[in-house]
Amino acid sequence: MNASDRGQLLNRLADLIERDRTYLAALETLDNGKPYVISYLVDLDLVLRCLRYYAGWADKYHGKTIPIDGDFFSYTRHEPVGVCGQIIPWNFPLLMQAWKLGPALATGNVVVMKVAEQTPLTALYVANLIKEVGHLIQVAAGSSNLKRVTLELGGKSPNIIMSDADMDWAVEQAHFALFFNQGQCCCAGSRTFVQEDVYAEFLERSVARAKSRVVGNPFDSQTEQGPQVDEMQFKKILGYIQSGKQEGAKLLCGGGAAADRGYFIQPTVFGDVQDGMTIAKEEIFGPVMQILKFKTIEEVIARANNSKYGLAAAVFTKDLDKANYLSQALQAGTVWINCYDVFGAQSPFGGYKMSGSGRELGEYGLQAYTEVKTVTVKVPQKNS
Amino acid sequence: MDASERGRLICKLADLIERDRLLLATLESMNGGKLFANAYLMDLGGCIKTLRYCAGWADKIQGRTIPIDGNFFTYTRHEPIGVCGQIIPWNFPLVMLIWKIGPALSCGNTVIVKPAEQTPLTALHVASLIKEVGKMIKEAAGKSNLKRVTLELGGKSPCIVFADADLDNAVEFAHQGLFYHQGQCCIAASRLFVEESIYDEFVRRSIERAKKYVLGNPLTPGVNQGPQIDKEQYDKILNLIESGKKEGAKLECGGGPWGNKGYFIQPTVFSNVTDEMRIAKEEIFGPVQQIMKFKSLDDVIKRANNTLYGLSAGIFTKDLDKAVTVSSALQAGTVWVNCYSVVSAQCPFGGFKMSGNGRELGEYGFHEYTEVKTVTMKISQKNS
Repeated sequence: MNASDRGQLLNRLADLIERDRTYLAALETLDNGKPYVISYLVDLDLVLRCLRYYAGWADKYHGKTIPIDGDFFSYTRHEPVGVCGQIIPWNFPLLMQAWKLGPALATGNVVVMKVAEQTPLTALYVANLIKEVGHLIQVAAGSSNLKRVTLELGGKSPNIIMSDADMDWAVEQAHFALFFNQGQCCCAGSRTFVQEDVYAEFLERSVARAKSRVVGNPFDSQTEQGPQVDEMQFKKILGYIQSGKQEGAKLLCGGGAAADRGYFIQPTVFGDVQDGMTIAKEEIFGPVMQILKFKTIEEVIARANNSKYGLAAAVFTKDLDKANYLSQALQAGTVWINCYDVFGAQSPFGGYKMSGSGRELGEYGLQAYTEVKTVTVKVPQKNS
Repeated sequence: MDASERGRLICKLADLIERDRLLLATLESMNGGKLFANAYLMDLGGCIKTLRYCAGWADKIQGRTIPIDGNFFTYTRHEPIGVCGQIIPWNFPLVMLIWKIGPALSCGNTVIVKPAEQTPLTALHVASLIKEVGKMIKEAAGKSNLKRVTLELGGKSPCIVFADADLDNAVEFAHQGLFYHQGQCCIAASRLFVEESIYDEFVRRSIERAKKYVLGNPLTPGVNQGPQIDKEQYDKILNLIESGKKEGAKLECGGGPWGNKGYFIQPTVFSNVTDEMRIAKEEIFGPVQQIMKFKSLDDVIKRANNTLYGLSAGIFTKDLDKAVTVSSALQAGTVWVNCYSVVSAQCPFGGFKMSGNGRELGEYGFHEYTEVKTVTMKISQKNS
C-alpha cells in the first residue's frame, strides 16, 4: 500500500468518527463519567485533530542520504516496526486510542491494542469504524510477533506561580490544571507552588473557585465535574484525603464524598502542604488540590524537580528571564508558560524519569514506530 | 488561522475538486486538447493527491531550536512570505495550478495566479471552488506587495539506454516519455541515447510503437493522441521537423500534419540524429522523437550533460554500478532509473541550469514559500 494511501485511510477514519461524534461522545461519558460537553467539544475534537495530523505524516517521514566517508552511497530507510502492542488507559479512552493509532498506522505498522477494562466501549466502536474504512484491519494471525510496547505513565506535575503572575489568570489555570477530567490527568498540576508574597490571596481565591465547582450528572450541561471512574479510584482518593488530614495539611474545602451514591468527590483543597506529605508525593488522580509555599526561584526549582516523576510542569510569570530560566531548569517533558494542558497533535508529549519512555505526538511521535535501516552501497567513485 | 486549519481548508478544496472531477477533466481536455482518459485519471488524480499532500504539511512546517554559542536561546520560525505571484503554463493547467497554490497556501501565503491565456478554464473553475470552501480567498487590495515569482521552465531531457537494459521496458518508457500529451511535457525524453549494439533493434521497436497511434478527438476513448495546443506551437513543431529532414536526420515515420483540420501532427521518429542538429538541441514540445547512438559511458554522460537545460533524465540498465554512477553524474533535477515520468507529490521536482530555479513539492518545495526568521534571546545562563 502506498504511504499516501495509508494517510487517506486515516483521514477517512477521522471522517467517520466525525460523522458519529454525538454517539461517541455520549458513549465516552457513559463509560468514563466525564461531562458530555467536554467529551463532545474537547475529547472528540482532539481525536479528530490527532488522526488528521498523522494522516498528513504518512508519506512525509523521510529517511536521509548521508555523506559517509569513502566511496559509498549511504542512506536510511524508515521502515515500520511490524506489530505494535498498545495498552491504553481509561482517563481519555478515545484520545489515547487516537494518540496510539495515529503514528503507528501512519508509519505502516499493525496494531494489537488492549483497551482499559474500565472503559472499553468507545475503542470497540472505533474498531468497527476501522472495518468500515476497510483495509486498515487485519486479523492477527496465530503467531504474535510483538516487538515494542508503549506505556503511558503518571506524574506529580509542579505548577509554579511567581509573585508577578497575572493573579486572576493563574488562579483559574491552576484550578483547571488540577480539576480537569475529575483530576484524572497524568499531567495534572498536582503540586501548586505559590510564591510567598501572593500565597495568602492565591489560597483564598483558589478555595472560592473550588467551592463554586459544579458537581453532578455528566449529561447535564451545567456540570463541571462528573464522578470518578470506578470504586477503586473513589476509595483510593478518599484514602489520600484522609492521609492529608492526618499528616497535618490544612483542609480548606471539600474533603469527602459529594453525594450518597455514585463515585462523586467534593472538590478538595489542601493548604500549607509540605513536601514530605503523602499527598505531595503520590499521584492522587482525583479532585484534590495541594498548595505549597516557596520563597526563591532556586528553591522552587529544586523542590519541583525533587520527584521520581517528570511529565509536565508550568510557570506563571510575566518576566521573560524567569520564564526562560525556569523552563530550562525544570525536568519535565512539557513545560507550559502562562497556560496549562495545552495540547496539539503537532507538539510532542512525554515524560522524564519515571513518567514514561519516549514521546508521543508531533514528528517525534513517529520514531517509536519506525525501525531505521541504514543501507550502504559500494560505488566505483564518489563525486560528492 | 491555525496552521492545521489551513490544512483542513486545502483538504476541503481537494474534496470539491474530486466532486467535480468529471467536469474538470472534460474542461481540461477541451481547452488543452488533452486526452480525456489522461485528464481524468492522471491530471485530476495528480491534482487531488498533491493537494492532500500539501494539506498534510501545513502544520508540520517546523523551525528549529539551535545550540548557538554563548548564553543565548536561538530558534527559527518558518513564516509565510506574504504575497506570491505565480504564472502557470498551458501544458498541465490544473496540475501546475495545484503545484503552485498547494505549497504556497499550506505555508500561509496569499497567491496571485496568472493562468495561461491558452488554457484558463479549469483554473477559473477552481477559483470558484475556492470561494465555495470559503475563507481562503481574499480580495487583493489595491497595492500589490509581490515578493517572489516562480516560473516553470523547459528541458531537453536525455534518456540513456544501455545494452544490458530490459529492452521492452526501455522502449515503452522512452516512448511514453516523449509522446505523452502530444509531446508537450517539460520533462519530455527528447534525446534518446541508445548504446550501439542494440541501436537498430531499439529504433525498429520504437517505430512500431509510434505507428500504432490513433489520432482524433481527445474526448473519444481509443484515441492515443490529440491536437497540439494552438497554431503557434503547430507551426513551430512542423518547422523543427523540416529542419530535421534538412539537416540529415533519417525520418523513420510521420514527419508532417495529420488530417485536414485541427492542429494534429503525425507521431514522428527520427533516427541517426547527431548532437548539433536543431532537433537535438531545441525543445520541440511536440510528438517528435530523436534517437541517437552512443559507444562509451563517459562519452554519453558528456553528451547528455551538454545542454543549457537540466530538468530530468532517464537511465535504463540492469547494472548496479552503472545506475549509481550515471545517476550521480547527470546534471538533472530528477533522474529516473528503469522508468520515466514518475512524478509524485512527495518528491521534489525542478531543474538544474536553465531548466528552472528551486524545487516544487516534497518537503523541499515548501522552503520556497517560507521566510526563515531567526530569533536570538539573551538569557542569564545556559544549561544545555
